[in-house]
Amino acid sequence: MRRVAKLSAACIASAALALTATACGSTSSDNNSSSASSSGGGDGVKIGLAFDVGGRGDRSFNDSAARGADKAKEEFGGEIKELTAKTSDTEADREQRLNDLAQAGYNPVIGVGYAYAASMTKVAAKYPKTSFGIVDSVVDAKNVNSITFTEEQGSYLAGVAAALKSKSGHIGFIGGVDVPLIKKFEAGYIQGAKDTKPGIKIETQYLSHGSDTSGFASPDKGKAAAKGMLDKGADVIYSAAGSSGNGSIEAVSGVKGAWAIGVDSDQYNIPSLAKYKDSILTSMVKNVDVGVYDFIKSVHDGKPLTGVNSYSLAKNGVSLSTSGGFIDDIQPQLDAAKKKIVDGQIQVKTTP
Amino acid sequence: MKKLTQRIDKERLLLGVAAPLLAVVAAVVVTALVILATGKNPIDAFSEMGTYGIASDSQVYILNKATTYYLAGVAVAVGFRMNLFNIGVDGQYRLAAFIAAVLGGALTAPGWIAIPLILVCAMATGALWAAIAGVLKVTRGVSEVISTIMLNAIATSIIAYLLQPGQLGQLDPAGTLVSTKPLPQGSHLFNIDTGASGILDGFIFVAVVVGVAYWFTLGRTRFGFDLRTVGLSESAASASGVSVKKMVVTSMIISGGVAGLIGMPTLLNESYQYDNSFPVGIGFTGIAIALLGRNNPVGIALAALLWGFLERSTNHLEFQGYDKEILGVIQGVIVLCVVIAYEVVRRYGLKRQQQRVGAELAAQAAATTENQEVA
Repeated sequence: MRRVAKLSAACIASAALALTATACGSTSSDNNSSSASSSGGGDGVKIGLAFDVGGRGDRSFNDSAARGADKAKEEFGGEIKELTAKTSDTEADREQRLNDLAQAGYNPVIGVGYAYAASMTKVAAKYPKTSFGIVDSVVDAKNVNSITFTEEQGSYLAGVAAALKSKSGHIGFIGGVDVPLIKKFEAGYIQGAKDTKPGIKIETQYLSHGSDTSGFASPDKGKAAAKGMLDKGADVIYSAAGSSGNGSIEAVSGVKGAWAIGVDSDQYNIPSLAKYKDSILTSMVKNVDVGVYDFIKSVHDGKPLTGVNSYSLAKNGVSLSTSGGFIDDIQPQLDAAKKKIVDGQIQVKTTP
Repeated sequence: MKKLTQRIDKERLLLGVAAPLLAVVAAVVVTALVILATGKNPIDAFSEMGTYGIASDSQVYILNKATTYYLAGVAVAVGFRMNLFNIGVDGQYRLAAFIAAVLGGALTAPGWIAIPLILVCAMATGALWAAIAGVLKVTRGVSEVISTIMLNAIATSIIAYLLQPGQLGQLDPAGTLVSTKPLPQGSHLFNIDTGASGILDGFIFVAVVVGVAYWFTLGRTRFGFDLRTVGLSESAASASGVSVKKMVVTSMIISGGVAGLIGMPTLLNESYQYDNSFPVGIGFTGIAIALLGRNNPVGIALAALLWGFLERSTNHLEFQGYDKEILGVIQGVIVLCVVIAYEVVRRYGLKRQQQRVGAELAAQAAATTENQEVA
């Protein structure tokens, strides 16, 4: 009978499932344990890097972290293992990534991006002897170093520069995704611009929203947004949008007299953007590399950093780049603004 | 037993299994070529995938992933059986998970009340969201493909708007992640702790129930018969008295209701809150899984397990220094091959059938002429 056949098929399938459910056999760590111990004895540091979406080569945030790790590797020797996130990641994938690194004996293990916060809390508890680092978020554990930056302070200076350099009194801000982190950039930028020129007009646009993180990796969207702002009359555009910012810079370079402000890395010196470098006024450099390097160094020295290490304007964790010399003429005003922030005279908001 | 084997149409079964198998084999071959082209040894890669993928912690990971994927596959398959392309499963489950997370965070009732309420809320949200596309189709003739894609984008925007500090979201201490209010401890669904291998989501049992319900409804009820009839031929169905419009809306609602469950293993077993790190794009994965599983409840389960295995083992391949894009290549090739293999196998089956019928007819004709000669 057909029904019996189907029922028996269902039974076999569920039996197979049940067999898997009992999780027979050894775990992957048992399988790997031999290789982990044999490779652990080498010289130098074994750096495990778990990148956010985009990974090495995004010319921005992830690249900055990679630079820090590269520098550490050069100085202390050893090796770097890199893994990169996918947009379809679940908690389990992020956990697997950190777990794989810790299991294979990488120490320190660094999660680049706030998405790793929850998974790092779990994995750090599982490997108490490994030092973990997380960029842009805070994980409360004894063996985790939380590397945070005061993006709003650096962005304030970018706002000051934009207001001073704009001829039309009209500037723009492009954010990758409307997440709290990027809103810090927006808040500082707007405050800086308004404090400098109260009547200034500011366009704000986010490339994607909520869980749609494509805004961090879509140069075409960045280009279209920047074009729209330029058409409306804005002449300085600051983009905090990962690799989407490349598109924005390209659009700005097509308009004479318009300036782009880069983000995270000093984008004037990025070879692939060399064509447009004469349009890059400055970059709000977030020295993720410094944070990452400091952390690796501390692990190498045997005194791993832990707790929250905030890289503020005062500590040069964030700064405006001067490559190209386009902001040399307004440096006094920028220094004055910086001093006020460092002294606490100006409190920069973190939400717009 | 003899009676049983006789009754199963062996050829049909063989042809049914042949297509997905062919697709997987073709995918393995193509992947091997790609790995060869990158200058690495595919045999090593596959053995690496094998040993890592069947380790016990991988089994738990795969089952957890497959739970989610299975629900997605069933949600899509309900539409497929009716010739409806519910591309909107993605938006439906995300919106449903978000609304359910908000409700769950606000509820203070004990778990045995709260969890069913959260599930009902998720299913209702998914169903409502899908119903929009269904109603638009029957009243205005809007293609459900177009409307559901647009509804996906709208769902993303609605969530982005509501998931803000001060609206329905709250900022984490580091100021970098907005989430809904976490579910109270009592609303966490039970987990099965397998020790060193990890934690198995309790929601897997709900997924099994959904699978059985899917099989029963489609195969053993009048409604299921109507649904399949409409899928095979709308005109024939309406000629025999089935209200096609009603069926379209109803099946969209069912599809959306199942879609509402997709986010639940993550919400009730893992994250306990909705935030920007909630997985996206599972609705589209569901399409591939429903295709590979041939809309069959057992087939979808196998496809979901395969998908989980591929993700687990290719994540590890990246760790071993292979390119992480391998996963995309394998999955893409499987989906492509599935479509091609089905067509090839279908044509082959048709040809076989024609040959058989032809042979029988010829034998019959020969027999009659023989009779005539005798006469």
